[in-house]
Amino acid sequence: MTSITGKKREKIDRLAELAARDDERGVSLWREAFRRLRRNPAAIVGAVILALFLLIAIVGPFLVPYPADAQLWKGEIRDNIGYFPGPRADNWFGVDHIGRDEFSRMIVGARQTLLVGVVSTLIGLAVGSLIGGIAGASAGLGGKWGRAVDNALMRFVDMLLAMPSLLLAISIAALLGAGLTTVMIAVGVVSVPVFARLLRGSMISQANSDYVLAATSLGVRKPKIALTHVVPNSLAPVIVQATLTLATAIIEAAALSFLGLGNNDASIPEWGVMLADAQRYLDAAPRLAVLPALAIIVTALGFTLLGEAMREALDPKLRK
Amino acid sequence: MALLEVDDLSVTFARRGQRTVHAVDGVSFSVDAGEVVGLVGESGCGKSVTSLAIMGLLPKQPGLRVGGKAVFDGTDLLQLDDRSRRDIRGRDVAMIFQDPLSSLNPVIPIGLQVTEVLTRHRGMKGEAARKEAAALLDRVGIPDPRRRLKEYPHQLSGGMRQRALIAMAVACRPRLLIADEPTTALDVTIQAQILELLKELVRDSGTALVMITHDLGVVAGMCDTINVLYAGRVVETARRRPLFRQPRHPYTVGLLGSVPRLDAGRGERLNPIPGSVRDVLTWPDGCAFAPRCTRRVDECVGEPPELVLTHDGRSYRCVNPAPVPGTPPPQATTTASTGAADDAAASTGAADGATAGPVPAPREEEKP
Amino acid sequence: MFRFIVRRLLQLIPTLFGLSLLLFIWLRRLPGGPETAILGERGTPEMRAAIRRNLGLDEPILIQYGRFVRRLIKLDLGTSTSTKRPVVTEFFERFPGTVELTVMAMIIAIGIGIPLGYLAARRRGRLFDHLSVGGSLIGICIPVFFLAYVLKAIFSENLGWFPSSGRQDPTLGATRITNFFVLDGLLTREWDAAADALWHLVLPGLALASIPLAIIVRITRASVLEVLNEDFVRTAEAKGLTESTVRRRHVLRNAMLPVVTSIGLLTGGLLSGAVLTETVFAFSGIGAFVAEAISQRDYPVLMGFILIIAVVYVLVNLLVDLSYSVIDPRVRVR
Repeated sequence: MTSITGKKREKIDRLAELAARDDERGVSLWREAFRRLRRNPAAIVGAVILALFLLIAIVGPFLVPYPADAQLWKGEIRDNIGYFPGPRADNWFGVDHIGRDEFSRMIVGARQTLLVGVVSTLIGLAVGSLIGGIAGASAGLGGKWGRAVDNALMRFVDMLLAMPSLLLAISIAALLGAGLTTVMIAVGVVSVPVFARLLRGSMISQANSDYVLAATSLGVRKPKIALTHVVPNSLAPVIVQATLTLATAIIEAAALSFLGLGNNDASIPEWGVMLADAQRYLDAAPRLAVLPALAIIVTALGFTLLGEAMREALDPKLRK
Repeated sequence: MALLEVDDLSVTFARRGQRTVHAVDGVSFSVDAGEVVGLVGESGCGKSVTSLAIMGLLPKQPGLRVGGKAVFDGTDLLQLDDRSRRDIRGRDVAMIFQDPLSSLNPVIPIGLQVTEVLTRHRGMKGEAARKEAAALLDRVGIPDPRRRLKEYPHQLSGGMRQRALIAMAVACRPRLLIADEPTTALDVTIQAQILELLKELVRDSGTALVMITHDLGVVAGMCDTINVLYAGRVVETARRRPLFRQPRHPYTVGLLGSVPRLDAGRGERLNPIPGSVRDVLTWPDGCAFAPRCTRRVDECVGEPPELVLTHDGRSYRCVNPAPVPGTPPPQATTTASTGAADDAAASTGAADGATAGPVPAPREEEKP
Repeated sequence: MFRFIVRRLLQLIPTLFGLSLLLFIWLRRLPGGPETAILGERGTPEMRAAIRRNLGLDEPILIQYGRFVRRLIKLDLGTSTSTKRPVVTEFFERFPGTVELTVMAMIIAIGIGIPLGYLAARRRGRLFDHLSVGGSLIGICIPVFFLAYVLKAIFSENLGWFPSSGRQDPTLGATRITNFFVLDGLLTREWDAAADALWHLVLPGLALASIPLAIIVRITRASVLEVLNEDFVRTAEAKGLTESTVRRRHVLRNAMLPVVTSIGLLTGGLLSGAVLTETVFAFSGIGAFVAEAISQRDYPVLMGFILIIAVVYVLVNLLVDLSYSVIDPRVRVR
């Protein structure tokens, strides 16, 4: 691949390397990072946003006043003059374009949005970690064959990485046809190369560390070293990246919905789809777009704030 | 009047929620025109911070406080505004840094890095500046200077880079040159060449030189006067010969004693100073070196030791200095390593006391 | 320099080869297979069979792939199923608009992002810094198409400062030479046409620039902070250089290195982001065309788009590498 992709790679690899570095004072990396997180206002804001989001997503759907897909106020809609009942005592956020309670849809939508974000991140994490883990293990511990496996896998990963993420997601969604599963897979695949490079880089720098050398010289078998030493110590940057990926997953899912590749099951409210649907009623009822958009922005911001703060907390160069 | 008179210089870093750090805690020394003065001490003793404070180069940050005076030729450098300070820097007072590779801008040719000083302070431009830059490179012993001007730092060897930095520093014939560990990052053979070059420049142009180093070899070969720093204070000041012949402060004694000696038997052990520079008492609580000191007495703890001036112009900051050979040890020595200071000793692990006792005074010929 | 370019272009061959293989597989795996990709979903079984024969889908897979590659080399990307015109022709007409928009977005992102990032670094820890960093985080989190709608609603529909759609006011009857409307206006000295085309670029450009802008602010800030701590900046200060010389020659120049790299990476994202932005502003470029193609399942268009983005991306990165080698002598090419 081109050397510029190489630089994109380096960025990811650097995160891996930084986070994998041991703390010289011997304090547990995680405890130290957590202590720094608690002092970072951005991390706290992010955590509060996420806590609220999780609470709404988990508990909310049991408490909503109306079923999310019931068109209870269909009769009040005047589509031809663009009239949809606005916020009132019965419907706190008003009524949507086909007569459903917007408030209930927002709450239930939180769960769907969380589901899309989590599942697609898990897909990226699982597949990416599998590829990166195999590549890292082969590169770090294997001989000639190991390097060959590593090379082949990374070539593939670099090719994916060179594609703009939205384009990759669109191509995959085109393959699978519109739908909720499609969105999750397409958005998940986009993050595969990132996770793969990250885990591999972090594993290789772990494999080159002194304690692995020590374990090897004590006669511990290689697969055991990989499982008991290398993998657990490589997880920190992967967790940080997963947090950041959750944010982009939610945004990308919204973009796919906008292009008509999203969830086509109208009965399941999801913020991305709600936002995409609302674009036709922007003049009549801007709140139908603004509410889900704000929800997406705030949630993505929460994940990003927390993820960035975690990255900073784990980066020894940024410690002060 | 000395060329540079540093008086009670202090640098403190205050951070919210953390203890204020006294990096430099009342340092005083002076430099005469044409004189070579050494600032010696372990890493972390404040010698680099001292030089940066004089130059006004400490990174600006909240909580940084610089106190005292640094009077250069009648003006207090610490009181100057930014603009006048920039006028003096590079023209009257110049500085050479430790790591020549990172101290040079990697993306600009050497030539521009030399000529920009000439343009700034001597108003030279174009071919005139280039010619002068080539002459400067030639003067610091860089062969083929015309070609080197077009090259980038990564194309030069370590020694050449340091020579180039020196050329930039001496470009305006400064009256004072501060060299902060100029040879630490270099090979031993190159070190000697660079030191020789500095000596030559100082001798030829009458520039005063402040040599900051932890390397006593450098000090022995170059300096007229030496200030030994410990934990942000000067603990001993003396001319070179007396310092090496009769060190008075136990820290100086330790520094000299920890240098490997050629004439020592193979079975003999080195004499490192026990503990590390982190094991300090804060000065207001007593002598900062006390926790590591082999000549510690009760009086060391409680209040800071006064600076003792001796009749031959040297000074030390110690209540129980090493004896001058030939004089009977003062009474206080007998109480060394006993009494109230033991708890401090225990915390450093230096309490084995085996190293206590008369300190051998190294002969001057044994310079490392 | 020349040898470097040639070598880099040669390096492109395996990349493009891999891409063509992926595209080939992609095309064959599309719902309904390549015949649907060409016919759309409307074709009769007879037409399908004819196309299968025509395409040689009954032949060995390697020969099929060879044929596929030969067509790509001849720039034959097939026919759009919705407009029934060759994909290459369609793209050729629309490409200038997207290029103009992308360049506009890049200019906005660089022109605002670098100064903002630089100032944030200089005022580190102060309000301005927090606002810039916070703003850039929000910028990353706003869905591009929503931002486009918001900008359109505020600045075009409410305030009326900017046009809400299109590339140029058609009533101007501007002369077309290159289809780069701004350039055409300048070439024909129809200043008002050029200005109008430029005016049409502002809002979509801003929307499209949001993510690159946020990223450039963050990269510049981090990079400047790192360079400010470098020893050579201290050396420059020790020389007594004026603050502006230190800033321009020693800080900014070195801090630009990672920013330049990121610009190459951001181009691909900009081109694909155009799909969203152009749709909102009814801006007739490739992006809006592709968005339409997606909803029409016009696969030849989509495939052509993927190919074009890949090639442009690679070429832009080649340019970036070249400019990088000009800024940083350590990676100077030979």
